[in-house]
Amino acid sequence: MIWVNTIVQGILLGGLYALFAAGLSLVFGIMRLVNLAHGDLIVLGAYLILVIVTLLGLHPLLAVLIAAPAMFVLGWVLQKYMLNRVLGDDILPPLLVTFGLSIALQNALLEGFSADSQRLPTGALASASLDIGGLSVGVLPLLTFASAVLVVLVLNRIFYTTSLGRAFRATSDDAVTASLMGIKPANIFAVATGIAMIIVTIAALYLGMRSNFDPNIGPARLIYAFEAVIIGGLGSLWGTLLGGIIIGLAQTIGAAINPEWQILSGHIAFLVVLIFRPRGLFPRATD
Amino acid sequence: MTLLQTQNLTAHYGDFQALFGVDIDVHEGETIAIIGSNGAGKTTLMRSICGVLTNAPDAVTFDGAAIGSVPADEVMAKGIAMVPEGRRLFPSLTVEENLLIGTYGRAVAGVWDLDTVYDLFPILKERRNNPGTALSGGQQQMVAIGRALMSNPRLLLCDEISLGLAPVVIKDIYAAVPRIKASGASMIVVEQDIGKALSVADRVYCMMEGRVTLSGTPETLSRDAIHDAYFGKAA
Repeated sequence: MIWVNTIVQGILLGGLYALFAAGLSLVFGIMRLVNLAHGDLIVLGAYLILVIVTLLGLHPLLAVLIAAPAMFVLGWVLQKYMLNRVLGDDILPPLLVTFGLSIALQNALLEGFSADSQRLPTGALASASLDIGGLSVGVLPLLTFASAVLVVLVLNRIFYTTSLGRAFRATSDDAVTASLMGIKPANIFAVATGIAMIIVTIAALYLGMRSNFDPNIGPARLIYAFEAVIIGGLGSLWGTLLGGIIIGLAQTIGAAINPEWQILSGHIAFLVVLIFRPRGLFPRATD
Repeated sequence: MTLLQTQNLTAHYGDFQALFGVDIDVHEGETIAIIGSNGAGKTTLMRSICGVLTNAPDAVTFDGAAIGSVPADEVMAKGIAMVPEGRRLFPSLTVEENLLIGTYGRAVAGVWDLDTVYDLFPILKERRNNPGTALSGGQQQMVAIGRALMSNPRLLLCDEISLGLAPVVIKDIYAAVPRIKASGASMIVVEQDIGKALSVADRVYCMMEGRVTLSGTPETLSRDAIHDAYFGKAA
């Protein structure tokens, strides 16, 4: 029973990692851009929610409804006026720019909010749990996991059933030919990053409700996100969800054996997958 | 009435000059053919017209407006659709999605929609849920033509639509041209196959080394004149 519990908790933790990763996966899938500031943007989102909660006295679950559109606009502007300028055949300039953005964000947050760790006030939800077949399952982890599944479902729906989704895929395939269809790749990229920032805000919500955060934890979130994307296969959103679950499981099982092994187990699982499936579990056929 | 005109159009790839002052014009409802050997500048001319390459603003005028420096997505919205060389279907999209995306920047009601394109190329309806690139070369070319037609363009540019296809397949593709003409669209057909070009065109331009070397109606051009314009005069 202890093992069943460990596995369930691991899967639910994977939902959080999948949320960290989904935005990264979306942006990489469409424009081959690895955003090294992704983790710091999640932390920024958490602080934004905190500010809204503090100023307006809202519950974080409501504050996210204000934060998400603001983050969409931020992502849109960031892509349109900064990242689009460095996208091209050379993958190095975007890496350098987002690396710089990561450092700038960390320091700006440090300046604005100090190094003290913060937490979103969650109230009774933080400790609420359900009894499922003898297992005690936290409501917050369940909500996290359900949100991750929902995010992937909605993204897939956008991708495969809407005109915008067709434009995403076409631009990703061949930006010049896409422009012959009347598509402006620069705008498509800006919308994609805007959507990624909405997912970042959702990830920030659960990050902030489940654990403490401070301005310096972004890069570690980026690593988990990155590993989840790579395990799943670049460009596959369901793969990203599975990648998150694998890391979550590995960490929880590792921690159950020896608490010192929690973080290490996740990284080892990542390396093991890479050894046997270098392109991830569900690589896109057309890369 | 002149629909499209290029005036003293020049184009460069870095230091390399590909076009040296090209003047062509296309009238409303007219089909013109541009013939010439590899490297004559035909594709560069198409890319300049559709906005993938940008030029001096008034080097290209469409319906009276200077579009030489307008980017491709806005040129497309004005009603110039391109069937690019090598078809360039989107591998991540199904056949039907490839057709639908043709309306992304210009959704105007007209002769062409999914039904009429499927009527023009019935095989595409059978294969509409296949990935575009899973089709044979000729079928892919049909998708590329259908995709361009979906926006109901006023001017359709066809760049080497017979390239790499078997003669019997080329015949199928060209069988669609009269129906496209009948729909009212003007066309520019770029071809290396001179016979095919002469059979569909109202007027022909021959290009060599980035210049127009000959133009006229198919009836008035002699084989020798085309030969000289295509390969250069024998010394």
